[in-house]
Amino acid sequence: MAALFFDLEGVLMEVNEVYKKVKSLFIDELGIEEEKISMESKLEEDLEIDSLGIVEVVMAFEDEFNIEIDDEELSNIGTVGEAVNLLHSKL
Amino acid sequence: MSKKRVVVTGIGTVNPLALNLLDSWKRLCNGESGIGEITQFDTSNLSIKIGGEVREFDAEEIFGKQYSRKLDRAGHLTIQATKEAIENAGFDSDKRLGPNCGIIIGTGIGGLTATENTVRIYDERGEKRVSPLSITQIMPNSSTGQASIKFGVEGPSSTITTACAASANAIGEAKRWIENNVVDMVIAGGTESATTGMTISAFSQSRALSSRNNDPEKASRPFDKDRDGFVMSEGCTMMFLESEESAKSRGANIYGYLVGYGSSTDAFHITAPSKGGVGASNAINTSLKDAKLDPEKIDYINAHGTSTKMNDVTETVAIKRSFGPSAETVAISSTKSMVGHLLGGAGAFESMVCLMSIKDGIVPPTINLDSPDEECDLNYTPINSIEKNINYAMTNSFGFGGHNAVLIFSKN
Repeated sequence: MAALFFDLEGVLMEVNEVYKKVKSLFIDELGIEEEKISMESKLEEDLEIDSLGIVEVVMAFEDEFNIEIDDEELSNIGTVGEAVNLLHSKL
Repeated sequence: MSKKRVVVTGIGTVNPLALNLLDSWKRLCNGESGIGEITQFDTSNLSIKIGGEVREFDAEEIFGKQYSRKLDRAGHLTIQATKEAIENAGFDSDKRLGPNCGIIIGTGIGGLTATENTVRIYDERGEKRVSPLSITQIMPNSSTGQASIKFGVEGPSSTITTACAASANAIGEAKRWIENNVVDMVIAGGTESATTGMTISAFSQSRALSSRNNDPEKASRPFDKDRDGFVMSEGCTMMFLESEESAKSRGANIYGYLVGYGSSTDAFHITAPSKGGVGASNAINTSLKDAKLDPEKIDYINAHGTSTKMNDVTETVAIKRSFGPSAETVAISSTKSMVGHLLGGAGAFESMVCLMSIKDGIVPPTINLDSPDEECDLNYTPINSIEKNINYAMTNSFGFGGHNAVLIFSKN
C-alpha cells in the first residue's frame, strides 16, 4: 500500500509529512519508542497499543489534523501505514 | 483441619519519608517528618498548603511513558511498592506469580486525579475528548487490576474501600484467604494518592485538617494538646503474606506472623467515632480473640492517632476500655506524626511499622507530642524512639463510615 504513494512524486511530500506527524504523535502523546515505528508496524502487535489505545490514537489524530474519524474507519486501521493513508485521504 | 498460620515474608513501601522499606524505617526510628509544603499543584487559593508527598518519584522515568500514562498516580505507587514486596520476599518480580497467589488492596478513593482531570476535560471539551483510559484509572480497583497484570497474580483478587481502615481490612482479609486454604500466597496492602485541591477543600471544610502551614513538620501532632487536625499524605505499602509452610518450604525470611484480625462497625455516625470508643474497642477485642491473646501480652500498639481532636481522645478511651490496667503500661505511638495520614494506605504502612518494630526491637516515636492532652494520658512514646523487645504488636485503623480494623502481629 505504502509503495503506491511513494511512486507519485507530487504526493510524496504530503504523505511523508503526515507520517512524520503521526510518528511524533506516537512518540510524544503515547510514549512509544521512536525506533519501533515504521509505516509497516502493526499498532497492536508491534507498538503494543491496545483497543483503548487505538481510540486515544484516533483522538490525537482528530486534534492534530482537525478531522473526524468514524468507528468504521477506525476498525480498518491496523498499521501505521494504514493510519497515514486514511489521514492523508481526509486532508 | 486446623487453620494455617500466616507469615509476612516481604514488605514494600513508597511514602513521604522514603521510596523503600529500609530508608522509611530508618527515618521513622530517627523521628523524622515527611510533611512539607504541597508542590504537586498550586495551593494559592487553598487555606491548607501542606501535605505528605512522595518526593523524587518520577513514574515516567521509572516505568517508561507508554506504561506510566495508563495508570493514575495511586497505581504508580502501587506497582513500585508491590515490586519491592515481591522481591523482598525473594521472588523474581519479572516472573508470573500464578494461581496460588492472590491480591487484595485497600484504598479510600482510588484514581482521584484521573477523576478530576476527566471531569475538567468533559466540561471544557465534551464527550469526544474524554480519554478512553479514564475509567480504568478512576475505578478504585484499578491498582489491584494493574498490579495483578504486572506481576501475573492469578488467584483471587479484591479491593476494599473502608476509607482509612481499608488496608488494615485488606491485610486482615488476606489472612483469612490463607488460613482457609484458598491460596498459599497473598499480596496485600493499601494505596492512596488523593491530595488534590478538591479533597483538601472538602476535608478542610469539614475541619479535619491541620492548618499549621508555616510549620509543616510540626503539623501532625497526635495526642498533643495543640493538635489541630490531620495532614493528608500519599503512598503505598504492600506486604507479601503466605502460609507458614509455604514460607518455610522455600526458606524465606519471615518478618513476623499475622495472628489477629478484628473488624467492627460503629453504626453511629458517618465521621464521628462512637461514644466511649465502643466500636474501636470491639475491633480490638475481636482481634485479641482471633489471636487467642490477653491484652497484657501486647507490647506495642501503633495507634490510629490521626491528630484530630476527636480521634485521639476516643482512641485513648477505646484502648483503656479493651486493655484495662495494661493500657497504662503498653508502649503506644502514632507514626502519623511523621508520615501524615495515608488514608487507605495507612493500615498497611502501620503494619509495616509493627513488623519492623518486632524485628528490630524499636518503638518509633510520636513526634511533636510536646504537651500531651490531659485526655490522652497513655504511654504514647513522645519525641524519641525507645528500645523494647516486642513479641506482639497491634495496629489500629478507623475509617470514616464507622469502619474499624485491628491487626496483631507476633514474633513467633
